[in-house]
Amino acid sequence: MDRKQCCVKLSVQPSRGLMDEKFIVLVQNALPGSQLTIRALHQCEDGHSWEAFGHYTADTTGTIDVSEDPSIRGTYSGVEQMGLLWSLRPIPGSKPGLRMRKKNIQTPMEVTISVYQGHQTEGFADLVPLSGVVVERWYMAPGVRRIPVTEGGLTATLFLPSGPGPFPGLLDLWGGGGQLVEYRAALLASHGFASMAIDYLTSKFTMETGKMVDNQYFETAYRVLQQHPQVCGSKIAMIGLSFGTSMTLKMAIYSEVIKLSAAVCISGSHVQPVEGSVEEIMGFFQKNAGKTRFNEKNEAIWRDLLLPIPTDPSLKADVGRLQCPLLLVVGEDDQNWPAQESALDIKEMMARAGNSHLLTVLSYPNAGHLIEPPYTPHARSSTFKTVEIQEKVMCLWGGQTVEHSRAQEDAWKKILVFLRENLYGGRNPTSFSHL
Amino acid sequence: PKQWAVLKRDEECMKLLSAMTQVVPPILSVTPCRALVDEKFKVLVENLPPGCPVTVRSLHHSEDKDDWEAYGHYVSDHSGVVSVSEDLSYGGTYTGKEPMGLLWSMRPVPGSRPGLRLRKMNVCTPMLVTISVHSGHEGFRDQAPLASVLTERWYMAPGIRRININEQGVQGTLFIPPGPGPFPGLLDMWGGGGGLLESRAALLASHGYVSLALDYLGFDQESENLEFKYFETAFNIIKDHPQVMPDRVGIFGLSLGSLVAVTLAAYSTIVKPCCIVCISCNHYYPARGSTVTSKFEGVTRWVLSLSARVNEDNQVIWKDVALEFITDPSNIAEVGRINCPTLLVNGCDDQNWPTVETAEDVARLMREAGKEHLLSRLAYPDTGHLIEPPFSPHFRATTFVMRSSKEKVILLWGGQTKPHSDAQEDSWRKILSFLQFHLYCGPNLKAKI
Repeated sequence: MDRKQCCVKLSVQPSRGLMDEKFIVLVQNALPGSQLTIRALHQCEDGHSWEAFGHYTADTTGTIDVSEDPSIRGTYSGVEQMGLLWSLRPIPGSKPGLRMRKKNIQTPMEVTISVYQGHQTEGFADLVPLSGVVVERWYMAPGVRRIPVTEGGLTATLFLPSGPGPFPGLLDLWGGGGQLVEYRAALLASHGFASMAIDYLTSKFTMETGKMVDNQYFETAYRVLQQHPQVCGSKIAMIGLSFGTSMTLKMAIYSEVIKLSAAVCISGSHVQPVEGSVEEIMGFFQKNAGKTRFNEKNEAIWRDLLLPIPTDPSLKADVGRLQCPLLLVVGEDDQNWPAQESALDIKEMMARAGNSHLLTVLSYPNAGHLIEPPYTPHARSSTFKTVEIQEKVMCLWGGQTVEHSRAQEDAWKKILVFLRENLYGGRNPTSFSHL
Repeated sequence: PKQWAVLKRDEECMKLLSAMTQVVPPILSVTPCRALVDEKFKVLVENLPPGCPVTVRSLHHSEDKDDWEAYGHYVSDHSGVVSVSEDLSYGGTYTGKEPMGLLWSMRPVPGSRPGLRLRKMNVCTPMLVTISVHSGHEGFRDQAPLASVLTERWYMAPGIRRININEQGVQGTLFIPPGPGPFPGLLDMWGGGGGLLESRAALLASHGYVSLALDYLGFDQESENLEFKYFETAFNIIKDHPQVMPDRVGIFGLSLGSLVAVTLAAYSTIVKPCCIVCISCNHYYPARGSTVTSKFEGVTRWVLSLSARVNEDNQVIWKDVALEFITDPSNIAEVGRINCPTLLVNGCDDQNWPTVETAEDVARLMREAGKEHLLSRLAYPDTGHLIEPPFSPHFRATTFVMRSSKEKVILLWGGQTKPHSDAQEDSWRKILSFLQFHLYCGPNLKAKI
C-alpha cells in the first residue's frame, strides 16, 4: 500500500462549533501538487445523506487550507471557507424536494469530513478516504437551558442563555408550515438572548380544538417572557420569517400589550387584513390561491397571491405607526412571498409617515425565501405542507445557492448586531467577528 | 497613570455598573465555547462602562468535588470592553497578558483541603468551566457575578473510539481516531502514582495517534513481577491492531513511565519503538533484567528508610536521595543502546526526581555510544516534575499515597506556576511536532518519493 497515503493529516478547527461559527479545514503532509478531494458527509435526522465536496491541489508544502485555497470544482468552487457546509445537498439518488432541518437541537449535527486521493465526483461510498474527521455543529452553546412552556395554553420553548441574567427577550416565529421549530431560538440564546420559539399554527390548543389561536396567544407569550425573573422585561424583540412576519408586524403595530424594542422580519409582507385574526389572515391568502403559478418543473410559485400590493389601507399593516426599529430581510429571488415588493411599499409608507429612520432593509440579489442561519444548505424548492393545505406540494422558494448562502451569512451577522444594539445598547460589538 | 484614574472612578463606576445591570448586564463570551483541552480560547467582556474595574473569574467543580478557580483583575477600555487575550491582568491568580491564565493558574478555592491535584478520570465527558465577570477587584466575590458562561474543555475529539483493553493480561484503555487509518500508535504511561490516567492518551488520539493508556501499577497483579513481557505485550497489542502502522509505534512516558520507555528502547529484543518521549525522565535501573515495579518499590522503601528530606512545609523531597542512587553507573539503564529518536523533557526545578542530572547523564551516555544524533532535549527553568498537557493547573506539591504502605505523604514536585505553565504549553507543541515528524512522516517517506 502506498505509504504516502498514510501520512495525509486532516484537521478541522474547531471540531465542535456552533452552527454559525466558521471552521478551518486543513490538509497537511500531502504530496506537493497532488490532487485531492475534500468531502463532507452528513446523515440528517430523517436518515437522508447529504454531501458536499471540493477539488483541491496541494501546494508546495503539501498543504491545503480551505479558508485560503480555491476549490477548482465541486459542489462549490473558489475560496469558500464554509463551502463544505452550505453546499451540502442530498446524495445522488435521494428523494426529491428534501430540506435539512434539525428537530432535536440538544444533540449536535455531525459531519464527517474526509480527504480522498484525486479529483472525485461520485461513488464516494466505494472509495477509502486518506483521512477523515468528525465535526460537531451545535445550535446550543454549553449552559443554555431549554425550557418547554405550556403556561397559558402556549406551545412554546424558552431558551435561556447561561448566567444570572437578566437577558433581553426574543419571540421567535416561523411560517405557514407550523410546528415548533426551535433551532433559531436556541442559536439566538447562545448569543445572549432569552428566546422563545412559538408554535402558533399547530399548537396543542389548535390540534385539540381545531381552532386557530387568537391575538391573545401572542400576548400571552409576551407576558410569560416578560415576567420571567431572568428576562429584562423592557427589552423584548420579535423575529419572524414568512407568515411569522405577518404576525410580528401585527403585534408590533396593533397590540396594546406587546411593546417591542425591535422587530426582525424575514421574507415576509405587511399585506394582511388589518383587523383580521390569525385565521382570517390565513383565509385571505387562501382566497387568492388561484393566483398560484407553476414552473416547468411543476413547482408552485405563491408570490403572486399577495400581488399587486394593495392600495387599500385596510389590507396592509400600518407600518407608519411603528414605534420600534424594524429590520427587513429580503431575498430578491423569493418565489414564495413578494418580499421585495412589500419592502418597497413599507419603505414608502414609512417615509410618508415620517418614521423611516426606524427602517433598515437588507435586500439580497438571487437569494430566495428561506433565509436561515448561516451555512444551512440552500433549498431552492422542497416539499411543503401548510396547515391549510393538507397535501404536500413542491414549493419553489427561489434563490441561487452561492448568493443565497452569502445572504444567509451576511444577514445573520447583521441581525445579531441589530438585536445587540437595540436590546443590549452596545456599539460596535467585537464578539461576532469570528462568525 | 491608568491605575490612579481607575481608583478615583471606582466608586462612580461601580454605581454606574450596578445601575446598568439592573437593565441589561455586560455581555460575556468565550470563543470557542467547546474546545479540546490544548486549544486556546478568547474571553471577551462587552457592554461595560468605560474604565470600569472588573474581575474575570473561572470556576471548575472537579470530579473529586473540589472547587478550583482562577481570576484576573481588569479595567475596561473606552468602549467598555475587556479582552482577556489582549488586555493586562493587574492581579489575581495571574498577571499580565495571559489569554489562558484563567485555566493554567487555577488553584483550589480558599478553604479547600490541602495537597489537591486536578485530574480528569472520565475523559468521555468534558471538563466544565464557568467563566464569570464580577464588579470590582478587591472583594469581588462578595457579590453575585454580572454575567457567566459555561465552556467545555474536551480530551476526546468527536468520533474517537474508546475501547477497554483487557487481553493477554494487559489492562488499559485504547483510543482510536476517526477515519480509515492506518494511524501511528503510542503506548502511553504515567508515573508511580498508579491508577489509570486516560487524559493524555485521549488527547493524543485527538491528534491522530492510536494511543493505549496503560495501567501498570494500579491493579491487582503479580505486581512484584511486572517484567518487560507486560509492556512488550501491550506494545504489540497496538502494533498488531488493524488500524495501526506496525513500524510507526512510539512510547510516551512520564516519570516512572519514562523509565519503562528507555528500558524497552534499550533492552527489548521483542519491540522496537519508532521513537520515545520521556517527560521527567527516570533511568534508575539497578540489577538489570529484573522487573520495573520492584525497582520502584525498592526505591520508595529505601527512600523512606533513609528519611528523604522533608522541608518546613512538611513536603517530601525525593530528588536528593534519588540523586545518590543514580550516581552509581551500575544502577542506571544503558541508554547508549537506544536506537530510536528520543525526546527528553524535564523541569529544572524538579524536586521529585533528579531529572536534570538524569537528562545530562542520558546525553552523555548516548554521545559516548555515538547516538547523540537521536537525542533531543527540552529543559525548562522553574518547572517541576509534573509536566502535563497545556493549561492544566500547576501543582507544586500534592498528596501522594504510597502504594504498599497506603501512607499519605505530601510530595514536592517543584516549579513556579507561570514558568511551569509556559513549559507545558511550549513542550506540548514541540512534543506533537516531534511525534508528527517521526511517526507521521519519517525520513523513510522522503526517500520513497
